[in-house]
Amino acid sequence: MAEVLVLVEHVDGAPKKVTLELLTLARSLGEPSAVFIGNGADNAKAKLAEYGAAKVYVAGDGDLDSYLVAPKAEVLAQIVGAVSPVAVLIPSTPEGKEVAGRLAVKLDSGVITDAVGVDDGFVARQSIFGGAFNVSSSVNRGTPIITVRPNSTAPEPAPAAGAEEQVSVTLSDAAKKAKVLDRITEKKGGRPELTEAAIVVSGGRGLGEGSNFALIEKLADSLGAAVGASRAATDAGWYPHTNQVGQTGKTVSPQLYMAIGISGAIQHRAGMQTSKTIVAVNKDPEAPIFELVDFGVVGDLFNVVPQLTEEIEKRHSS
Amino acid sequence: MNIVVCVKQVPDTWAEKKLSATDKTVDRESVDGVMNELDEYAVEEALRIKEASGGEVTVLTMGPDKSVETIRKALSMGADKAVHLVDAGLHGSDALATSYALAKALGTIEHDLVILGVESTDARMSVVPAMLAERLGAAQLTFARKVEVGDGTVKIERLTDTGYDVVEAPTPAVISVVEKINEPRYPSFKGIMAAKKKPLTTLTLADAGIEADKVGLGGSATTVADVAARPPKQAGQIVKDEGDGGTKLAEFLASQKFV
Repeated sequence: MAEVLVLVEHVDGAPKKVTLELLTLARSLGEPSAVFIGNGADNAKAKLAEYGAAKVYVAGDGDLDSYLVAPKAEVLAQIVGAVSPVAVLIPSTPEGKEVAGRLAVKLDSGVITDAVGVDDGFVARQSIFGGAFNVSSSVNRGTPIITVRPNSTAPEPAPAAGAEEQVSVTLSDAAKKAKVLDRITEKKGGRPELTEAAIVVSGGRGLGEGSNFALIEKLADSLGAAVGASRAATDAGWYPHTNQVGQTGKTVSPQLYMAIGISGAIQHRAGMQTSKTIVAVNKDPEAPIFELVDFGVVGDLFNVVPQLTEEIEKRHSS
Repeated sequence: MNIVVCVKQVPDTWAEKKLSATDKTVDRESVDGVMNELDEYAVEEALRIKEASGGEVTVLTMGPDKSVETIRKALSMGADKAVHLVDAGLHGSDALATSYALAKALGTIEHDLVILGVESTDARMSVVPAMLAERLGAAQLTFARKVEVGDGTVKIERLTDTGYDVVEAPTPAVISVVEKINEPRYPSFKGIMAAKKKPLTTLTLADAGIEADKVGLGGSATTVADVAARPPKQAGQIVKDEGDGGTKLAEFLASQKFV
């Protein structure tokens, strides 16, 4: 069966959920092969096989982790040249998209980013202009390179062989120009990453001041959710820019998106409109966010949110 | 350091964006165009580097005639000169074709750094900076929230999901910047007047040595098959909080199996 390459996104070898989603998606298009780049492949192989990887290409040379993007594109280009897959699927994360772009240049192939689905014939579905249009597009030259947003497919196990194939890589000098000197983690607590999370709870201007984000964090923790913030909130310095959802920040597409004290200007909608279920709490009944919601509460978030958190905790403990 | 800042004119965020019925490209004629917001941070960062260490800032844009408005804005902020790549043959270029055309145009301008906004607010792919680095064989320093220029090297803080990476490379380098890296200046009246006299070079495909069959709709490696306005969302349930709003929301979440 035709081989579909899936680039593994991982943390020290542990595959991220989006990787399992892409393997699941790849099974509907051909035979998935995982491409693992970096250290820690031994931690990943069983999981990759469990979710359907017939082969696992491993490029684990020592210094790959010291560089960003460019070496990954080189490794992928090398594998594509050797095995001629029918497509390459890559997680639609900032780094994933950049890898896809560089790979497209190397292969002179078309690249499609931010797909929310891929159908027969590698037709990618996208949602553009803040969700105003649904677009289908395809690659007409070279090997289709498609980046797929996290949470686009529900990951389902389907055990396969997961046969390991070592790939030896000689990086070009060009790929080694930008060197990582240090990696700094600023994330607080053990919350999931914003773009990967199944549930995102975001706070906005209605919170009034930064310290009130504690309400959002408490609600998020009761659901095991990630915390997001509107641009108004990050502009005011209430929450880090890393957590900004919207046109100039992160794009999220979780199962559940909760907008708390966010009016829902187009700026914000562009970053969350493809969420599966949307709920909002806002005191202004005219707030545009209510046009998007499955369930909305018009009211004071300082009353509604603590009651909601308490109710959720009560249900979890009962 | 000689710096080229790539800027793009995009439909105003607040305007209703449309796609052309005939060729499914972004309709740029019927809406007001503005400088891509993230490019304002790129222009500002270039000007700050120039003010600290000398050199020249050139603005490069690819786009139809009206993109000259965006060029003027960058010049009035303080850029020294501009290059406008404009040719009907470029219409409908995808990311692969755009990065090829921009790389060719960059080949006509002497530079140590190329700076761009991290994405355009219309296409939002966020791939062109990486593609340019690949094509130019330059170092890729993207998603920068801080840029420090040294002697022949550049160090950035690259924004990540969990914090940032410190990344260093020799010049030449391609840098993309995120929002909040700086506070872009407003053009002064003096700046606006001075912009009118600054050199603006226009390049056609032939001028830049761009092969016509590698750009435009025909030269693009992706094809848009179908476009549909999103069906209006079914109205959700809205309740007014009468002391039980939180409980009702929790009940909804439970009914959807989130709790």
